[in-house]
Formats: sequence, structure tokens, C-alpha cells
Amino acid sequence: MQNEATESTSSKDFLTITIADQTFGIPVLQVQDVLREQAVTRIPLAAPEVAGSLNLRGRIVTAIDVRRRLGLPDRNDDISSMSVVVEHKNELFSLIIDHVGDVLSLEDADFEKNPGTLEQAWRDISSGIYQLESNLLVVMDVSALLENINHIKK
Amino acid sequence: MDDLILDFITETNESLEELDLDLVNLEKNPNDKDLLGKIFRLMHTIKGTCGFLSLPRLEKVAHHAENVLGRFRDGDLEVTAGYVTLIFESIDQIKYIVGEIEETGNEPEGSDAELIAKLDAAYEGKDVSGDANAVGESSSGSSPKSTTSQKKEGDEEKDIIVNIQEKSLAPGDATMEELEAAFASTPGMDGIVNPADIAKDEKEEVLEAPPPPPPKKKKGKKDKDAKPKKTPTKTLRVAVDVLEDLMTMVSELVLTRNQLLQIVRTQGDTEFTTPLQRLNHVVSELQEGVMATRMQPIGNAWSKLPRIIRDLSLELDKKIDLVMTGQDTELDRQVLELIQDPLTHMVRNSGDHGIEIPADRIAADKSETGTISLDAFHEGGHIIIRISDDGKGLPEDKIKAKILENGLATEDELEEMSSQQIQQFIFHAGLSTAEKVTAVSGRGVGMDVVRTNIEKIGGSIELKSTQGKGSTFTIKIPLTLAIVSALIVESEKERFAIPQLSVRELVMISDHGENQIEYIKGAPLFRLRDRLLPLVSLGSILGLSEKNAFDQVHELTRKQENSEAEQDPNDEDKTLEKNLETNKKATPHKNLYIVIAQVGGYDFGIIVDRVFDTEEIVVKPVAQMLKDLTLFSGNTILGDGSVIMILDPNGIANATGNIATSDDADTQQQKESLKADSERKTSLLLFKVGDNTPKAVPLSLVARLENIKSEDIEYSSGQMTVQYRGTLMPLVPFDSSIQIEEGGEKPVLVFADNDNSMGIVVDEIIDIIEEHIDIQLNTSQGGLLGSAIIDGHATDVVDIAYFLKSVDSTWFDDGSDTPFNSGDDDDDDDTDFKKRVLIVDDSPFFRNMLTPLLSTAGYNVTTLEKPADALKMCDDGVEFDIIISDIEMPDMDGFEFAQHVKQADSKWINTPLVALSSHATPEDIERGLKVGFNDYVAKFDRDTLLDTLARTLAAID
Repeated sequence: MQNEATESTSSKDFLTITIADQTFGIPVLQVQDVLREQAVTRIPLAAPEVAGSLNLRGRIVTAIDVRRRLGLPDRNDDISSMSVVVEHKNELFSLIIDHVGDVLSLEDADFEKNPGTLEQAWRDISSGIYQLESNLLVVMDVSALLENINHIKK
Repeated sequence: MDDLILDFITETNESLEELDLDLVNLEKNPNDKDLLGKIFRLMHTIKGTCGFLSLPRLEKVAHHAENVLGRFRDGDLEVTAGYVTLIFESIDQIKYIVGEIEETGNEPEGSDAELIAKLDAAYEGKDVSGDANAVGESSSGSSPKSTTSQKKEGDEEKDIIVNIQEKSLAPGDATMEELEAAFASTPGMDGIVNPADIAKDEKEEVLEAPPPPPPKKKKGKKDKDAKPKKTPTKTLRVAVDVLEDLMTMVSELVLTRNQLLQIVRTQGDTEFTTPLQRLNHVVSELQEGVMATRMQPIGNAWSKLPRIIRDLSLELDKKIDLVMTGQDTELDRQVLELIQDPLTHMVRNSGDHGIEIPADRIAADKSETGTISLDAFHEGGHIIIRISDDGKGLPEDKIKAKILENGLATEDELEEMSSQQIQQFIFHAGLSTAEKVTAVSGRGVGMDVVRTNIEKIGGSIELKSTQGKGSTFTIKIPLTLAIVSALIVESEKERFAIPQLSVRELVMISDHGENQIEYIKGAPLFRLRDRLLPLVSLGSILGLSEKNAFDQVHELTRKQENSEAEQDPNDEDKTLEKNLETNKKATPHKNLYIVIAQVGGYDFGIIVDRVFDTEEIVVKPVAQMLKDLTLFSGNTILGDGSVIMILDPNGIANATGNIATSDDADTQQQKESLKADSERKTSLLLFKVGDNTPKAVPLSLVARLENIKSEDIEYSSGQMTVQYRGTLMPLVPFDSSIQIEEGGEKPVLVFADNDNSMGIVVDEIIDIIEEHIDIQLNTSQGGLLGSAIIDGHATDVVDIAYFLKSVDSTWFDDGSDTPFNSGDDDDDDDTDFKKRVLIVDDSPFFRNMLTPLLSTAGYNVTTLEKPADALKMCDDGVEFDIIISDIEMPDMDGFEFAQHVKQADSKWINTPLVALSSHATPEDIERGLKVGFNDYVAKFDRDTLLDTLARTLAAID
């Protein structure tokens, strides 16, 4: 994948993830780990988006429930979740999402800005849309996603 | 050599070395602001430090150089090559002086007048002067006779040259000579030119214009070469960051090891066990080693104090001795740094506010020289630092005035406060009692900051002060902050860690146990040994459970009560009842635990569901987005690999409501100490006789405990006796139920008094406990004073006097000529002839103890708990022949009482007054006599008491 990226300068690599049937892309270089469902330690009184914390090879990682962050209903208990670990400001975060897909190399030509009709909460965390053949991919702005959790806290 | 000077030299040398490299650049860029700033700062530091260390010569040079550099830096003066040379010269001179100090410990003899003159000239803008002398060098880098320098050469400068040359040519000038010699001996100078006289140097330089950069490099090399020879170091300066990183990694290693150990423990014996044990040892040692790199003797934080005290005593005209013990006590660097300032501040305070001026001290009957002592030692994982002075103590009146001034409390509130409580106010912001704001202290920011800083690192500070005698501050701080021991607890299926440091004890609450949670208007409270502690449920404050089981139980009972009253049960109750049902079902016998925690002086209980082990944890900071959760101080990874949140007891204390503010913590503490005062505990010996009711007797009255065998018991004239230590000791069975079987043995309480001794035979010795006795039921039964709750059980308190009397009625007479033998013979109703004794003692036990004792001796006894009541009796005209008063009493102590009694208008002014106290130090006695006591008797000294009463009364008669 990395090679492809270097070959065609006009494309970027994204790890695709799905949350409530919507496909998102996270710039692949930001992804540190992909985890299966993990037991997390609850953090009482924290913002609802904060699912808890977990131990990833000796580092403490804060788990963020992206569904809640996006204002989506909680996933059913019988569906297992997955996590993508990203680093933000020297801290590790595990983004709990529904499913992790492939890494796609996407052409810049397919990139569009956020449509104005997109819900504000989504616009805040999306840096744009890629048109895929079958569906649309929302580019997740990880910094924005994590940055604003402080402010929404009850 | 002084440590401070050594430090200074090391630092200065390092900075100078660094500068050597930069100086080359200055040559090329004379107006490099950064570099000039750097040199300026170095000069400034040197100047400042020299002033502190008393190195006047170095200080002077640095001072003048700094002036010039200051102008360069500010852009007032343009840096010409000439000035650059001047700067070099100054630096060289500083190096020389520093070198001398390093070798000899003193500044070299000599004067730097010439250099200073040049610097001053430069400062005044006579740039030429620099150029002129340094002319040659000035042109240095470029051409020897650069146009600029030539242009600048005016008459004036020529004069200066001549002047200097004259000077230098006059060898009679001793200072000059020395200066030359000094220069010659400077290693650095060798590099420049031959060690001729300076003028010549300069001349030569003028002529030859040797480019300064090369010599500089040479110098640098020389210095570097020379240095290792001078100070062969066994220490290595390591950046703190490196150590910190190392510590972090070791902490991680410790955690991983814990994890591995836990795994192996569950797996039983595997092939990993042995290597893991080795790993365990190595890691432990590594941890110790790394910790050791962080440990520093506390003396380091104290090193500046003698100097500060010295200066302080000069400034304030006081005589102060600083006595330091325990300097070698080691503690973590981080902690050390954090307490350094508070300590300095407090020692200063002691000197400034505490110690009086010599005249006052002499007037107060103290030695002229005040003493401040500083003491450090380890105690159970903590370091205790004690700062005490023998000064005047905290001025309560002034504190009061300040409190009122700042509106921290009203006059009424102050009235009710104990002096301890008032003293605590010094930890309040904005309360300085120094009359004048001196440079030293008195700005009103101090003790509050000290306290905050100490509490920040998990420490605590206590204060004891006696007016006129001095004050003592006791600081308790943890050894290290890196690895802490924590108690793991569970609430609502979630585990949390509580730092062991703030955990005082654990209490289990079970359905049928003795310990129960009680409620006042929904607020859970717990009685811990008669102290009422506020409780918080961890589950509730963390929002894990809306209400805990016990909350619901309580709410239900409350509602039921309400509804019973109203006869109108509503639906809500039913739901609650339902909840309760489910709760009961889920947890049929739910045990709860209370973690008694202490923050500052404030105790409270945290209700948790389960308590696990304690574990060594490494506190890791929480993620940024969780920072404002004040209930947590961090998080960590446990041995089993799971993440756990670390609770912050401070945060929880705050969450318990306003009770947790620091003032209230004080009040709490005060209450405690007050309580301790009024409920003074007595050591009691508990024993059993016959029935199951325990009996108690003050341990202090019992001389020994013995087991007496039945065969040793003899009878002499009907009295049961035993040969004991060469004499016959009478034995008294506690009551008729005591049966001494053939061949058996029984415990005996031995009471001894001078040559007399007797034993009371009992069935079983139970325990010795410390308890406050409050006799609640009086009894007419002989041998018992009454009943009290002791250790949770109704206990008979034994009247020893009864037994003593039963054996030997002369027990108390002591064979002396007491006039009360007659009293003994008199009928009891013949009270007129009996001397009337008033006993004032807050302790019911002693009142009960003394009453039979004195009655037996033939007195008519009246007892009172409070001195105030006694004074009322006095006003009412009740008369006594003699008054016995306790000294330590709440509200009004014995001394105060005596003062009142002996007032000119008192009706009891002629009534003899005897002090009775458990403390009878010579000072106490003296003080007692001063305020009007006729005599002073120790509390347990029956003979002396009776004797004293007899003598005192005889004297009056």
C-alpha cells in the first residue's frame, strides 16, 4: 500500500471503517493499531463518549465510543465492536467503531468538500468526502473528533 | 571548601567553557545580541552569587563588566572590536580569579583597578579607551590597524594609554605587580603572549595584533585539559530528565514484573518460576538503585539555612542558634525540591516572628540566645520534619485581631474557639502577625502557601504553640511520589485504587455486626469509637449507582415512618420497596466496607462494596480530556494487566460537601483534640469474677499481677495470706463466689503501697485497655463504684479503697499523726466535725475514686465536675475547709480556677487549695504555687494527698 501511495502522488491511503453502515476513512498513517473488542475500565463521571481506558502493551489508552461521539444510537450488545488506536497529542486513543475494512488508496480527484447539508456534528469531524464506486466515504478528522470531547462534556 | 562555593565554581567553569566557543563567534559578529545577552547573564549570575558568597574581587569585576555589557545589550553602545577585547579580558580575569578560588579556596590578592577603569571608561561611552588600550587586539580579527580604531584614537585615549603605561611602568605599585604576577600565573595568559607585564602585552598585541581567536582556543583547551587534574570527580552530572526517564521506565518494568508474577502465581510451578524469581530480584534492585539516584539527603535543602539565620539575626538584632539534626535523612529529589521553599520560609518565620530580641528573652527568664531546631527522621514510610523554636509562641491576641480584621470569623465565634483553633488560622491566606513587614517575612503570604505545597505532595503539617514557650511545626511527607502503595477497592463492580497514605483503617459493616451506618436526614454517618464520621458512598459520588443498597434501605425506613404518620403510602414507596426487595435478593447478606480516610486533619469514611489487596502502583497521569475529573489523581495498570483509576482522597473529601474545606478540617481536628482533652483515657485492667460482667480497675493502681497457687495460701488469724517477697501479703477474694480449688491457681491483683501490699483474688484477667470511663450507674454494692461502658460492655468499676480498707483500716493512715483517726472513729452522721472537702475534677473516674478514699479518711466530700460550678458555689457562700482541684480540665483549667478562688473579693480566699494532677513537673508545681495553690499532689499519690490535706488543714487550724 505504502508503495502505491508513493507511486501515485495524487492518491492517499485510508483505513476504512464502518459505523452504523456508514463508511469512514482514517488516514492510514495515523493508525497505530487495530484491536478486537477489548475489556475497558469505566471512567466514572467522564463524558459519555469516553468508554473507558485499557492497557495496550503497557500504555494506558483512552477508549472513545465513536457512535456516541457522532450522536448515533449505541450498538446492540450482540454485535462485537472493533477499535482503531490513534495517537493524538502524545496520548493514545482507541476509537471504538463497528467494523474495520480494507486499506484503500483513494484518488484526489474523487475528493469533495463536505456537502452543506451534512449534519453539523458530522461536519465537525469530517474533512471531506470521497466518492467510491458503491458508496461514499467520509474522511474522519481524528483531531477534531478527539479535540471537542472536552467541550461537550456534561 | 564551602559546598556552595564548590557548586559555584563548577557552574561558572561550565558556563565559561561554553562561552569559549561562542566567543569566537562574537569576534565575527560583535553585535550578536543573543551572545551578548548570554555573557551578560553569566556576568550577572557571577556578580549575584559573589555577593552572596562574599567574593568581593570577583564581584567587582563582574559588576563592572556587567554594566558595560548591559549597554551593549540595550543597544546604547555599539560593539566594536575594541570592546570585544575588553570583554575577553574581563572573562579571562574572571577565569583567573575563579581558578585561584578553586585552588586555594580564597580570592587571590590583588586589584583589578586597571581593568575596572577600562570597563568604566567603556561604560561611559569612551569607546576609545577600550580601543586605545586594547587597540591592537581590537583590530584583532581584521587588520591590525583598522581605520575605525585609528579614527577613534583621540587625545584622550592617548592619555589613557600613557596613563596606563605609566602605571604599568611603575613597578613600585604593589598592586600592579601582583596583578602582573597574577596574570603571568594565569594559565590562560600563557597562551596569549609571554608573561611580561600587561602594558607590554598590550603593546605587543598592538604591534603584532595577534588574532585573539587562536589564543582563545588554546585557552579553552588548556582549561579543559587542566580541569580533570584539578578536580578529579567521582560524581557525574546527569541531566535530571535522563534520570526521570529512567525512573519512568523502571516503574514500567516494575509493573510488568508484577504482572508476570501474578500470572505465574496462578499457574503454579512452571519452568518460568525460577527465572522470574531472578528477574524479580534484579528488578527490585534496579528499582532501589534508580530510586537511590533520586534520593538526596535533606541536608541539601537545609544548606542555606544557617546563612539565612545568621543574616536574619544580624538584621533583626537577635541571637539565634540553629540546631540541625538528621541532615542525612534521604528523600526523593522531587519531594525535596517541593519542600525546600516551605522549609526555608518556616525557618525564617521562626527567626523573625518566633524568637524574641535578647532583651525580651531575658525579661521572660530565658537565655539570651534563642534556638531554632530542625530535625528530620524516617517514620513508617514517611519523613518527619520538625521545626521548633523556643521563642514567644504564636501571639493569640494578634491572630484574633487579624481574624476579625479580615472577617474570617466573628467575635462570638472566636470566643468559643480554643487557642489551638485560633492558632490554626495562621494557615489562612492573608494573615501575617509580624508587626512590621520586614524584608524577611510578614507579607501575609506564607503559611497558607506552605500548607498548600505540603498537602500537594500528600503531606501534612501540624502546629503546636505555647505562648511564651515557643512553637513546633511538624511536617509529614511521603518518601517518594513515584511508586505508591494503594488499596484496591470495589464499588458497583468497578475497581479503584486509594493511595494507602490517606487510608487510616478499614471497617466492615455486616447486617448483624456491631458496626452500623446511621443516618441524619439522609446523610450517612458512622460512629467510630465515639467519633462521628461523615460517610460517602463511592458508588454514589462516582455516579455508578443512583442509590446504594443501604441508601435505599434507609430511604425506605424514612418513607415508611413518614407514611405511617401520614397514613398515606404512595406509589413511590412501593417502587422503593420493590427495589429493596431485589436488592435484598441479589445480596442477601451484603457486607459493606468503610475505608476511613484522612485528608489534612479531616477524617471521613468512604463506603465501598469490597476491599481487595494493597498493591504497589505507579501513578500515571490521566488523559488530558479527563483532567478535570477531580475525584481521580491518576490511573495505573495493575498486576493483572487491567487499568484502574486512582482516587484522589482530596477530591473525595471535597465531594463530601462543605465539611471538607480546610477550615473545617481544622475544626474537626480541634474537636478531636478537645475531645481527647475532655475524655482523657485511663488505662484499665479488665478482669472477671463469678458472673460474666467484666470488672475494671485503673491499671495505675495495680502494682503487679500474680498467679497464686492454692498450696501457697496460708491463713493467719483468719486472714487469707500468702508469702510474697519475704512478707505476708493479705489476700482478699473479690467476692464469695471465688473458689480456689485444691492444686489450682488464681490470678491476683497486687496492690502495693510502701511496705503494705495486698492481693485481690479474681477469676480471670481479661485485658488491659485504654478507655475513657464515664460511670453511668452508681451502685450501693460494696466494692463497686458503679458501672460504665468499657470496650462496648457494661463493666463494673471496682472501688479499690473498699478492699484496701477491708484488709487493714490503717492502710491509708500511713502511721502518721493524721488528725482524722478521730474522724474515723466518729459516727458518720457526725458531719459537723468532719472537714469539708471540695473536689473539682472533670474526670468522673477520679471523682469516684477520691470520694470513697477521702470519705474513708474521714472527710465530708463534695465533688464537682466544673470549676465554674465551684465558683458559683463560692459566690453562693457555700463553705469548705479545703479544696482539691484538678489541673487539666476543659474550659477552665486548675490554674485559672485558682486565680479566681484567690481573687481579693473571693469568699474562698482563705480556703486552702490543693492541686491534684497527673503531671507534676517542677514547673507545674511552681506555677501552681504562684497562682495560689497551697500544695501540689500527684494524682495517684494517696499517701501524699492525705498527708497534704492533714498538714494543710493543721496549718490553718
